[in-house]
Amino acid sequence: MSLQTTLLLIPLLPLGGAILAGFFRNQIGRVGSHTVTILGVGLSFALSAWLLLQQIDGTLGTVNMSVYTWMVADGIRFQIGFLIDHLTTLMMCVVTFVSFMVHIYTIGYMRDDPGYQRFFSYIALFTFSMLMLVMSNNFLQLFFGWEAVGLVSYLLIGFWFKRESATKAGLKAFLVNRVGDFGFLLGIAAVLLTFGTLDYADVFAQAGGAIDQTISIPGGMEWNMLTFICVCLFIGAMGKSAQAPLHVWLPDSMEGPTPISALIHAATMVTAGIFMVARMSPLFELSEAALSFVLLIGAVTALSMGLIGIVQNDVKRVIAYSTLSQLGYMTVALGVSAYSAAIFHLMTHAFFKALLFLGAGSVIIAMHHEQDMRYMGGLRKYMPITWLTAWIGTLALIGFPFFAGFYSKDAIIEAVADSHRWGSGFAYFAVVAGVLVTAIYSFRLLYLTFHGKERFEVVDDAGDHPPSGQLAHAPKESPLVITVPLILLAIPSIVIGWMTIEPVLFGGWLNDSIFVLEKNDVLAELGEHFHGATAMAMHAVYTLPFWLMVAGFAIATFIYQFRPTIADAVRNRFPFLYRLLDHKYYFDEFYQKVFAQGSVKLGQTLWNKADAGFIDNGIVNGSARVVEWFAARIRRFQTGFLYDYAFAMIIGLIGILAVWVSMVPGR
Amino acid sequence: MLTLAHFLTLGAILFSLSVAGIFINRKNIIILLMCIELMLLAVNMNFVAFSRFLGNLDGQIFVFFILTVAAAEAGIGLAILVVLFRNRRTINVAELDDLKG
Repeated sequence: MSLQTTLLLIPLLPLGGAILAGFFRNQIGRVGSHTVTILGVGLSFALSAWLLLQQIDGTLGTVNMSVYTWMVADGIRFQIGFLIDHLTTLMMCVVTFVSFMVHIYTIGYMRDDPGYQRFFSYIALFTFSMLMLVMSNNFLQLFFGWEAVGLVSYLLIGFWFKRESATKAGLKAFLVNRVGDFGFLLGIAAVLLTFGTLDYADVFAQAGGAIDQTISIPGGMEWNMLTFICVCLFIGAMGKSAQAPLHVWLPDSMEGPTPISALIHAATMVTAGIFMVARMSPLFELSEAALSFVLLIGAVTALSMGLIGIVQNDVKRVIAYSTLSQLGYMTVALGVSAYSAAIFHLMTHAFFKALLFLGAGSVIIAMHHEQDMRYMGGLRKYMPITWLTAWIGTLALIGFPFFAGFYSKDAIIEAVADSHRWGSGFAYFAVVAGVLVTAIYSFRLLYLTFHGKERFEVVDDAGDHPPSGQLAHAPKESPLVITVPLILLAIPSIVIGWMTIEPVLFGGWLNDSIFVLEKNDVLAELGEHFHGATAMAMHAVYTLPFWLMVAGFAIATFIYQFRPTIADAVRNRFPFLYRLLDHKYYFDEFYQKVFAQGSVKLGQTLWNKADAGFIDNGIVNGSARVVEWFAARIRRFQTGFLYDYAFAMIIGLIGILAVWVSMVPGR
Repeated sequence: MLTLAHFLTLGAILFSLSVAGIFINRKNIIILLMCIELMLLAVNMNFVAFSRFLGNLDGQIFVFFILTVAAAEAGIGLAILVVLFRNRRTINVAELDDLKG
C-alpha cells in the first residue's frame, strides 16, 4: 500500500462510514450503521498509529504532497494535499483514538434513541472533517475542515431537534463561530494578499521577508502585516476554541448528547484553534504583539471560566467550564511561544476530558437523564467503575503528580514563569490561581456526584418523567460498551504524560512542525532543568501549584464532605460575587441585549424608516403623488372647447412661423 | 392696376376673418366649419395670385386639389355633425366640452 493510498484512506474511511450510515440507514439498520462507522474510524486509527510508529522508528520523514488540484486561478493553486509531520500524526492519533472510543461508547449511550444511525453518521463525518483539518497542507483545506467541523458540531448540538433549547444552542454555536470564522477568513485573505499562495510551506518560507510589511486598517492605523494576519487567524481560533469573549457557545453546546460533548466539545474540535496556532507558529513567532494578545486572552479565559465552574450545578456544565479553562491554559502556552506545551496539554487533555465527559454520561444514564448534581450523591457504591475512572480523570485534570495533566499543566505554568513577554506576569497569576480553582470545582463535582448522602429517592410508581430527585429504578453500573471506553481512556490519562513529556517537550519531537525563535524558546530553558519525568513529579512538592492544588482539594473536601452549609453561607455572604458567577459575568445577557436585540432594533428601524418610510412611501408612492400633483395642474389646460384648441394651434403656428422666418438667412 | 399686394391683402383679410370667426363664435359649430373652409379659400387666393403673377401653373393645380379635399372634408364634417346632433340634440360649441380634463 503506497503512502498516498494510506493517507487518502485515513480520512476517507470515516467518510465512507458516514455516507453508508447516513444515506443507507434503513438498508443497513442499527447494527450495520454502527459496524461500518466503527470499522472506518477504527481502521483510520490503526493507520494513523502505524504512521506514528513509522515516525518513531525514523523510517517516515515529513511528507508534503498534493493529491488533487481543484482549480488554478491567476496563478494561485487551490489544492487538496497532506502535510504529514510529527504534529499531524500526533493529532491524527488523538482524534481517531478518542473518536473510536466515543463510537463504541455511543452504542450504549444512544441505545434507545430513534436517531441512532443519524448520530453515527454525524460523528463519523466529524472524524473525517477533523482529519481533513489536521492533515491539510494548505489554508484552503484547513478552512474546509474548519467549516466542516463547525457544521457537524451544529448538527450534533441540535441533534435532539425537537427540544427548543437544543436547536437554539446549535444556532448560537453556529452564529458565534461565524464571528470567529469571519476573522479567520480575513486572516487567510491577508495571507493570500501578502504571500500570493495558500500553501503552508511556501507561506512559511516567505514569512521572514514580510516582517516589515504593513497594512492600513479601518481607523487609519498602520499595522504590521504579520500582526494583522496572526490576530485575524487567532480570532478564528477564539471562536473555534471558545476563548473569551467568544466562549459563550460552548457551555450551551452541552444540550447535545454526551458522547459528542466528549468528542467534539472537549477533546477534539475545540482544540482545532490551538492546533492551528501551533501549525502557524512560523507566522506567530514573528509577531510579538499578536502573541501578547493570545497570551492575555488565554489567561483571562483560564481563570474566569474556571471560577464559573464552581457555581454550576449541571454536571456537564461544570466539565464544560473546566474545558474552557483548560483551553485557556493551552492558549496561554501558545502565547508564551511554548507551542509544544500547548500541543502536549491538548493531547493529555483530550484523553482525560473525554474520560470525564463519558463518565458524566455514564452517571446521567444511571440517573435517568438527570443532570443536576444537587439530586445526585453517593453513587460510588452503585457504579464503582465509573467512580474509579472519574477519580482518575479528576486527578489528571487537577494535575496530581504522575498523572497526565500534571506534566502538561506544570510545563505550561513553568513556561509562563520563564517568559518575558508583555502580559506574562498577569498570565502567571491567572494560571497559578487557576490550579486552585480547578481543584475546587473538580472535587466539588466528584463529591456531589459520587460521595456524601444520596439526594434522590427510588420511587416505584414514579412514572416515565418523575420530578427531580425521584428515580423509577435504583442507579446501576453502565454496560460494558460504556465502561470499556472509560477504562481505555483512563489508562492514557494516567500514563501518557509520564511517557511522552520527554520527547514531546524537550526531545525536539515537534521541531519539524513548530518554529520557535531562540530568544522566545522558554521550553529550551525549562529543558535545562529537566531530569526525567519521575524527577519532575517528585520535585512537585516543592512548587506552588502543587500546594495550591492540595489547598483546593482540602477546601472542597472540607466544604462538600463535612460542612455543606458553608457553601450556602459563602453564597449568602457574597451575593454580588455569586450572582456575577451564576450569570457567567453577564456575557449572555450582554450579547442578548446588544447584539441580538440590537440587530432586531436595527432591523425594525430599517424596516420602518428605510423600507416602509423611504422606499415605499417616498420613492414608490412619492413618484405617484408627484405625477398626480402635476396632472392636477396641467389638466386645467384641457378645457374641452374647440375654440381653445384652435386658438392654441394658431398661436403655435404663429410661433413656429416666427421662429422659422427669423432663421431664414439674409435678414 | 391690381398688383400682387392687393391679392395678398385680400387673402390675409379672409384668413384673419376666418380666425376671428373661430375664436369669437361660441354658438354654432357649423360656423366653425365655414370658417375653416374660408381659411382654405384664403390660402387658395394666395396660390392663385402667386400663380398668376409668377406665370407658373403649379399653384392653380394645387388649388384644384385643395378644393377637392375641402369638399370631401366638408362632407365628412357635416356627416359627423349630423350624428353629433342626433346624439346630443345640440350643436352649441359651448356645450361640447367632453374633452375637458
